[in-house]
Amino acid sequence: MNNEVEVGVVAAEVPVPDNDAPKKPEKTKKLKIRGIKRTAFSMPYLALSIIFVVVPLLIMLYYAFTDLDGGFTFGNFGHFFSRPNIIKVMGRSFLIALITTVVCFILAYPLALALSSSTLNKKFVLVMLFILPMWINSLLRTYAVKIVLYMFDMTNAWVAVSIGMVYDFFPFMLLPLYSVLSGMDKNLIEASYDLGASPLKTLVKVKLPLSLPGIVSGVLMVFMPTVSTFAISDILGDSTTYMFGNIIDQWFATSGGWNIGSAYSFILLVLIAVTVFVANKITKGNAEVAVGGVL
Amino acid sequence: MSKNVKTSLIWIFVGVMLALMYVPILILIIYSFTDAMALGVWGGFTFDLYKALFTDSAVLGALGNSLLLAFISALLATVLGTTAAVGIYYMKRKRKAVAQFVSNITMENAEIVTGVAFMMFFLLTNIQYGWPALIIAHTMITVPYVILSVTPRLSQINPNLYEAGLDLGASPIGSMVRVVIPQLIPGMISGFVMAFTLSLDDFIVSKFINGGVETIPIYLYNALAKRGPDPTLRALSSVLFIVVLAALISVNAVSASRKKKALKKAA
Repeated sequence: MNNEVEVGVVAAEVPVPDNDAPKKPEKTKKLKIRGIKRTAFSMPYLALSIIFVVVPLLIMLYYAFTDLDGGFTFGNFGHFFSRPNIIKVMGRSFLIALITTVVCFILAYPLALALSSSTLNKKFVLVMLFILPMWINSLLRTYAVKIVLYMFDMTNAWVAVSIGMVYDFFPFMLLPLYSVLSGMDKNLIEASYDLGASPLKTLVKVKLPLSLPGIVSGVLMVFMPTVSTFAISDILGDSTTYMFGNIIDQWFATSGGWNIGSAYSFILLVLIAVTVFVANKITKGNAEVAVGGVL
Repeated sequence: MSKNVKTSLIWIFVGVMLALMYVPILILIIYSFTDAMALGVWGGFTFDLYKALFTDSAVLGALGNSLLLAFISALLATVLGTTAAVGIYYMKRKRKAVAQFVSNITMENAEIVTGVAFMMFFLLTNIQYGWPALIIAHTMITVPYVILSVTPRLSQINPNLYEAGLDLGASPIGSMVRVVIPQLIPGMISGFVMAFTLSLDDFIVSKFINGGVETIPIYLYNALAKRGPDPTLRALSSVLFIVVLAALISVNAVSASRKKKALKKAA
């Protein structure tokens, strides 16, 4: 009771009327500044992103849908479908990417199982050794492969490019598989054995389905860069091993090639967007989470 | 199958895979000590390739360019990325989703698409290929990784401290610089290192906008795909392999020992 009175008194006594009026609006203003300000710190980057990331993509879109005189056309995409040899190149490029992805998976899954097994448990150094090459420039690794292929007299462009791709992208398949397998609840596997499943059955019915997020992000991280690379095929292959990336590279190297080059880039962009979308659906948004685990 | 057999089979498999991974690198390093023109021919032990390498002005120039470019763009990316991370972290749902979408574009897009888009943009806006284009492009493609390493720190700090700074009379920028930023420094450092590494490593985007400025990856590509590899490239590659592996191993060793210490303290 006493308190309340006092408060009332203070409130009444404060010699404010004059002082209070100018103060109040200032205070609400300050609050508003606070509210805006913290999120406003992202504005420089977001503004620059619009200018330097979004606008260039819109320019690409413009070129993809216009001809040399600037008129609207679908012709740049028609170009793709009207040349059988280009479809052939594209087909081969996807085939190489597919082979690379499958081979990477076949090699990486057992290795990820071994590395996450109790036998090698906590051998973090070993895992690191397999992942480290990821941070070495891909051109350097490709050069190393080239020397080995040369020593073994391997001149077949297809074999050379496929080996180069597998060698370069292998860590990107291994990492997500390892992080998903090592994070797997061991009790589930024990339970599977307790319920009488054989090791093979446990692998197929328990481990594989549970590692789906890792598999999806591994496939993403190998397949997409493989399709769009041009350096590996430049260094190890010939014109029969052209990848999607080589085609884009070629169009932008020729004068007047921007329109068709943009159309191909746009196709690649759509392809990536769809793949990422599907991958996120399958893994319920965890496609990238699985990758972030190690390093 | 007995347990021992199984264990040794696993070890053999892992060993073979490890060998496949590192034998090409080892061969490259071994052959960097002989100056035979052709690959795979042993012409006697010599340091000649290394001597040639360290007097090659093109290589040294490319190395200087790479380091300078990586330093400038990583610095810019750290500033932009840290402020962006703070801003985005406190956004409301919808805006946050939009902002995150924008910052994800360069990470998820194929590098070649990012590269050609930059190429067209810089030509049309009269921004010079070479240094200006490279700095802008490298900064933009590395900022998202800085955001990724700063954001986790943000969730650990007390959000009221910023307000406290304001209440005690600091301006928003003052409160940010003197209260919030100091707590984000570990995240900023790892973001900087990441941006630096990615910039050093970038080849595809740079290829389209370098305007004749050679960085190490551009130099490698030109030597491998165009000029035809000359023997000094083996010495250069060996040096780069060793430097990168040594740096990575020491970084990981430091963070591992720190983790161990933290665990001991906790226990």
